[in-house]
Amino acid sequence: MKRARLRFVAVHAGLAAAAIIVVFPFVWIALAAFKTQISLMIGEVAFTPTLANFREVLFSGTSDYLANYGNSLVVASASTLIVLVVATLGAYSIERLGWPRLAVHSFLLAAAVFNAIPAITLVGAWYVGFRALGLYNTYAAVILAHATLNLPIGLWLMATFIREVPRELEEAARIDGCGTLQMLWRVVVPVVMPGIAATAILVFIHSWNEFVVALNLTARQTATVPVAIAKYAQENETKYTAMAAGAVLSVLPSLVLLFFAQRAIVRGLTAGAVK
Amino acid sequence: MSVRSRADRWWTIAPAVILFVAVALVPIGELIAISVSQIDWVQGKAQWRFVGFDQYARVLGDALFRTGVTNTLVFAVAGVAVQMVLGFALALLTTKVARGRLVYRTVFILPILVPGIVIGAIWKLMYNFDFGVLNQILGLFGVRPIDWLGSTATALAAVIAVDVWHWTPFVFLLMLAGLESLPQDVYEAARVDGATFLQELRYVTLPLMLPTIVVTMLFRILVGVKVFDEIYLLTGGGPGTATEVVSYTIFRRFFTEGQTGYGSAMSVVVLFAIAFVFIAARGLTERRRASA
Repeated sequence: MKRARLRFVAVHAGLAAAAIIVVFPFVWIALAAFKTQISLMIGEVAFTPTLANFREVLFSGTSDYLANYGNSLVVASASTLIVLVVATLGAYSIERLGWPRLAVHSFLLAAAVFNAIPAITLVGAWYVGFRALGLYNTYAAVILAHATLNLPIGLWLMATFIREVPRELEEAARIDGCGTLQMLWRVVVPVVMPGIAATAILVFIHSWNEFVVALNLTARQTATVPVAIAKYAQENETKYTAMAAGAVLSVLPSLVLLFFAQRAIVRGLTAGAVK
Repeated sequence: MSVRSRADRWWTIAPAVILFVAVALVPIGELIAISVSQIDWVQGKAQWRFVGFDQYARVLGDALFRTGVTNTLVFAVAGVAVQMVLGFALALLTTKVARGRLVYRTVFILPILVPGIVIGAIWKLMYNFDFGVLNQILGLFGVRPIDWLGSTATALAAVIAVDVWHWTPFVFLLMLAGLESLPQDVYEAARVDGATFLQELRYVTLPLMLPTIVVTMLFRILVGVKVFDEIYLLTGGGPGTATEVVSYTIFRRFFTEGQTGYGSAMSVVVLFAIAFVFIAARGLTERRRASA
């Protein structure tokens, strides 16, 4: 009996230690965001909180933080929508519309290879290409880039979920004279809705967090949150507490998502990896 | 299957193909074209000249590039190794917990959701020589502060530590999902036979988890090789070239230094190298699974 209790304590101690390591940086940066610069630099533990840093990040003349938030929202939402539509259509095509196995295999392999390539290798071409089309510093460029970058993941995930749709359901609908578009809209999509939600959330997060492409395809007007953070860190190398405030604000969406959509996130991250 | 639905397979796959060709393949083609050309701007219009494969020779002879490749490989392999061990251990511990599993899982997956840049920003502050919390903690024990990001001895390790912090939760999640889906009857049989925890681990858990472990590891290494965001903010490739990684070298050459031809050549080299390794690794794992 004592051994069981010892195990209980040991297990929880280990997990609690890990939890502390995970949470600690967030707690520390949150505290730093409410400190004055001096307070941070002398390492005060007990301090009087101030909102000055947040005011500076959000409302000062040099910062476009709110605009950047809006940009990120637009880019992430639009690219996620594109990925959902294209990936669901594509995944349904390769899983259920009678392509030879070799074709399916090759297509998925090509998508996987594309996913493996570092985005930076493509950014150069995108920079030159979009610039030539006059699309530098537009939403369209980043949205298209993000959509294409996340398409492999979208295809991979939707294929996994569509594979789980019972064939009898489709066969019954076919017998009733259902066409492909109706099939998708009336049968497949309702059944894989949890999968669509998981894919949507993951793609959204990927797009929101994306940095390399956004860094080089956007300028001041269309800069997304990660780009803004980096620029802020570089230009205000010594405004540590303001940087902390900016960091805290950028973590907020993640916290919200974690709170409301954890199960979907986990489903998306683990789908396909566990057979 | 009806003739009509078979015909539908074309238009349903078309958007994906169009997107790939237009936004992925064409730019890659452009990259190759740029890498073997000299582009002169005459009166606002670009004039292209073929100049051969000099840029590629330059890439292979670039000491910075070679350092970048070494650093990247060290970063990816070392980081992933630590992540796999920690992630697996944490997942294992979590399966031993009856209640509160969800709470731990919720806490653990937070780093995955945060932008890499923000993680870089947070850790840059934490690593700060003067007021960073790590040196503060060291100070509590009377240890002298360490210039984590500024000294060549610790910089790469420090960056790897951030990566471990960032991605161990991902490994944890996959390992947990894998462990939770293992058949329980094998464990019961082992318990009846009187197996200890270590024996259980070695003869039951690890063999059953091997496919998941391999897939996770390959996936993490693949992503690890692409590292950019954290390096950009934490060290910018420094001090010196201690944390120079391939992605950053490409960025530096192409954008910071404006060497589009050379940067393109480097991009093409890296692109095809990774594609090649990826397909080879895929081929190996497929053959292994087929023969298993």
